[in-house]
Amino acid sequence: MRNFLAAAAALALGACATASADSPRTASDSSASSESVPTIDRNPYPSTYRPYGSVPTLITNANIYDGAGNALMGGQVLMQDGKIAAIGQSVDAPADATRIDAAGKWVTPGVIDVHSHLGNYASPGVAALSDGNEISGPVTAEVHAEHGIWAQDPGFLRALAAGVTTLHVLPGSANLFGGRGVTLRNVPSTTVQGMKFPGAKYSLKMACGENPKRVYGSRGRMPSSRMGNFALYRMTWQKAVEYDRKWDRWDEKVEDGTAKAKDMPTRDLQMDTLRGVLDGDILLEQHCYRADEMAFILDMAKEFGYHVAAFHHAVEAYKIAPMLAEANTCAAMWADWWGFKMESYDGIGENIPFVEAAGGCAITHSDDDLGIQRLNQETAKAMADGNRAGLSIQPETAWTWIGENAAKAIGLEDEIGSLEVGKRADVVLWNGEPLSVYARPEQVWIDGALMFDVNRPELRPVSDFELGQPGEGDVK
Amino acid sequence: MKRFLAGLTLGAAALAAMPAAAQNIAITNAKIAAGTGAAPVEGTVIVRNGRIASVGAGAAPAGMEVLDAEGAWVTPGLVAPYSQLGIVEIGGVSQTNDTEAEDSPYSASLDVALAVNPNSTGIAVSRLEGLTRAATAPSPSNDLFGGQGAVIELKANDPDLVVKPRAFQMIALGEAGARYAGGGRLAVFTRLKDAFGEAQAFARNPNGYDFGRSEDSLLTRSDAEALVDVIEGRTPAMISVDRASDIRAALTLKEDYPRMRMILLGAAEGWLVADEIAAAGVPVITTPMQNLPSRFESIASTQSNAGRLVAAGVQVALSDIGNSTVSPRLAQEAGQTVAQGRIPGAAGLTHEQALAAITSVPADILGLEAGRLIAGAAGDVVVWDGDPLETRSAPTAVFIDGVRQPMTSRQTELRDRYNPAAADTNLPPQYSRSR
Repeated sequence: MRNFLAAAAALALGACATASADSPRTASDSSASSESVPTIDRNPYPSTYRPYGSVPTLITNANIYDGAGNALMGGQVLMQDGKIAAIGQSVDAPADATRIDAAGKWVTPGVIDVHSHLGNYASPGVAALSDGNEISGPVTAEVHAEHGIWAQDPGFLRALAAGVTTLHVLPGSANLFGGRGVTLRNVPSTTVQGMKFPGAKYSLKMACGENPKRVYGSRGRMPSSRMGNFALYRMTWQKAVEYDRKWDRWDEKVEDGTAKAKDMPTRDLQMDTLRGVLDGDILLEQHCYRADEMAFILDMAKEFGYHVAAFHHAVEAYKIAPMLAEANTCAAMWADWWGFKMESYDGIGENIPFVEAAGGCAITHSDDDLGIQRLNQETAKAMADGNRAGLSIQPETAWTWIGENAAKAIGLEDEIGSLEVGKRADVVLWNGEPLSVYARPEQVWIDGALMFDVNRPELRPVSDFELGQPGEGDVK
Repeated sequence: MKRFLAGLTLGAAALAAMPAAAQNIAITNAKIAAGTGAAPVEGTVIVRNGRIASVGAGAAPAGMEVLDAEGAWVTPGLVAPYSQLGIVEIGGVSQTNDTEAEDSPYSASLDVALAVNPNSTGIAVSRLEGLTRAATAPSPSNDLFGGQGAVIELKANDPDLVVKPRAFQMIALGEAGARYAGGGRLAVFTRLKDAFGEAQAFARNPNGYDFGRSEDSLLTRSDAEALVDVIEGRTPAMISVDRASDIRAALTLKEDYPRMRMILLGAAEGWLVADEIAAAGVPVITTPMQNLPSRFESIASTQSNAGRLVAAGVQVALSDIGNSTVSPRLAQEAGQTVAQGRIPGAAGLTHEQALAAITSVPADILGLEAGRLIAGAAGDVVVWDGDPLETRSAPTAVFIDGVRQPMTSRQTELRDRYNPAAADTNLPPQYSRSR
C-alpha cells in the first residue's frame, strides 16, 4: 500500500498479451521438394510437462459446479488415467479406486486464469526479476513471455493452493504488440518447459490505449496518441499480410516440389507471430479498456482478417456487450477494479454479469499475483452485483467465468474448464461452498495427480527462492 | 475541518449544502454484530441525535421511525485505518492525485486536510460497501515523512468530511525509508533522529528556533514544527514497515522518545516479532491478502499474520492493498482471516474478531468514538443483505451520524444506464439518467 501510484502504474503496464507454445503450423517442415530446402522448427521450445502419477480416484457425496454451467448436489466424480472418467449422481468405479468422501464439501474443475504475469513480474518485485515488458519498441511481437518467466516465482505455488491449475502468462501492455503469451500447467517446475501446456496455442498480446502511447510518447516516439496506436497497428498488420502471402507462396512450392532453397523468403520472427494470428494458429489477446477502442479493434480485425479471442480488462465491456457476443470475442475482466487510471474510470461491479446477460463469453481474470488466489471470491462478487441489478445468475453459471469460458479464450475448451468426461482431470476439492469467502481448496489434482493437499505439509511445495528463508514451508 | 468551517459566516450557498439532519430511528429484527468482538445477538438498534442510543432486545419506542431489518445482519459502519479516499480521484491522472507532493520542499508538514475532495467519486463507492469512516493518508515521496493524514467520514452531501485533521504522521522505514534517507538503511535512523532533534529544539524555544538552528539541518522550520506533535505524542506516527528487524528497530524509538505513539502499517513480518510488538503496546494495521514475498523485506508474509499477532495480544486493524481501486475492500480482507483460521497449521481470526478488526479496532487506533454498536458511539450503522464478510453481500442501508445515506454513486448511475434489464429507448444511452 506504500506507493499507490507506482503500484498502479506497474499493474497498468502488467496488463496485457499472449500466444501459444506448440504451434501446429509445420507446412515448411513437410517438404515434398525434390531439392532439399531448409525447414523451420515451429516448436523450438517444446513442452516437457508430463502428468505426475495418478491413481484412480472416486470423489463421493460431492456438491459440484462442473464449470460448464451445471450444478450437481451429492454427486460423484471419477478420475482415471489423468482424465475425468465419469461424473454423475452415482458412477461405476474400479474396486481399487481411492475413495474420498466429500460430504459437506464441494468439487469444481481447476481454476483457470487467462491473464497472469506470474514469473514475468515475479515476487520479489525487484528490477532484476522484472521481465514482462520489452520496453525498447512498440512492436515486439517477436518476444516470448516464456523466455522471461522465472519458474521459482512463489506466486505459482500460492495460486496452486488457491485451486489454479492452468494459467496464461502474457507479456505486459507497454507495447502495441507485446509478444507471445504462453499457457502453463500450474505445477512446480525447475524449467518453464516443464510447465508448458502440451499442444496449447501461443497467443499474441496486443495493447490499446494509455500504456503504449504514454510509454513511447514520453520518449518522443510513435505512438504518442491513440491515433498513433492505430496507425502503427495497421502499418504492422499490412506488413504481416504481405509477409503471409509471400510465405504462403513458398509453402505451396514446397508442397508441389518446386521450391528452390535460394528462393526461400527471409524469416522475420516478428512477422512469424503475426502470420500465426492471421492463420489462426496463434490467439489474439487484446488488452483494451474502453468500449470505443474495442469497437475499433474489432473493425481492424476484420480489415486484416483475424479474430480477437478475447479483450482483457475490458472495463467498459458492459457498454458494448451485444457487440462482443456477436463477434464471438470473450471479455476477461476484473470484478471491481476501477479508477486507477483514466481508462478504468468507468469500471462497475456489474461488468462481468452484464457481458454474461448479453450471451457473451464472460471471464473473471486476475492480472495480479494476489487476485489469482481468489478468482472464486471475485466471481462471487460480480455474480451478486449482477443479481442485485436484476439478473438471476446462478452460482454454477458464474463458475463458467473461471471454467469453460476461460478455457475457450485460450483455445483449450476441449481439454479443460469443465468436468466433462474425457477432459483432463483438473479438479479442486473445496472445504465449503466455493463462492464463499471462507472456502479454500483442500486438495488439487492436475491431470489426475494430487499436487496439493492442505492436510499434508509434504504436498505443499516450496519454491527454491523461499528455501532457507523466514517462513519457509509456512501456510501462506 | 469542522472547527475551521464553524468560524466562518455561512452564506446561503454553504447553508444549502449543509448535511441532512440526523434522524432518530429504530432498526428492529436485526442480527446485531456490534463490532466489539461480541457474538451477534437478535434485537433492536436505536439511533438518536446522531449517536447509538441503545442496543438490545427492546421494541422500538413509540412514534420513532422503524426500519425492520427482517433478520438481516446489522453492523457498525466499517472504518478504514488506512486509505487515500478523498485525496485521489484517478491514480494515474496526476492533477487528481493529491496523495503526495514529491517536488515540494516540505515533508512532515504536508497536510491532506484541506486537500480532501468531498465530491470524489470513490467516497460514495466505498460507502456502498459499508465504509463510513476512513483514515486518508499521504504517501512519503521525498523524505521519510509523508505528512499529516486525516480521518474523514464518508457522508453524502456534506461539504466537509474531515472529522480529525492531522490525525497521524506518515513515516516510511524499511526499503522505502532507506530510499528517501539516501539509499540505505544505515541512513534511516540518522535522518530520523536528526529531524526529531530539530523538532525538540523547536519545541524548547519556538520563537528562538531560527537563531539556534543547526546550520546543516535538512529540515524546514514548518516540518520541525509538525514533528513536535509526533515526539510529544499528540499525533501518532503511522510507520510503514515490514521486515521483522525493521519493526524491532522502530520499536526502539520508544526508548528515545517515550511519549511518542506509534502505529505500525504493513508489518508483513510482524508475526515473527509479535511478542515484542505486544509488549510495546503498539497497534498494527496489516493487509491479510498480502502473502507473497513481494519485497525482500516481506519474505515471511502470510495470511496468518493477523491471527498470530492477535493471539500474541497485539491490537490489529485490517486494511486493503489499495492499488487497484480507490475503494478499500475491507470486508473481503476480513473474510480472508476467517478462512485462514480454518486451515490446518494456519492462524486466523474468528468472525467476531475479524469484524472488530475493520470497525472498533481501527476506530480505537484512530481515536474515534465509532466503529461499534454500543450506546454513545457515533450513529454509523449498516444493514446488510447477507453475512457482511462475504463478497456476495452488500449493504441495503447505511447511516452515518444517524443520517440515512443515499445508495447511489457514479457507478450505480453507469450501471443503471447500461443495465440490460432496463427499458430500451430509441435514443443513445447518454439520454438516460437516474437523477
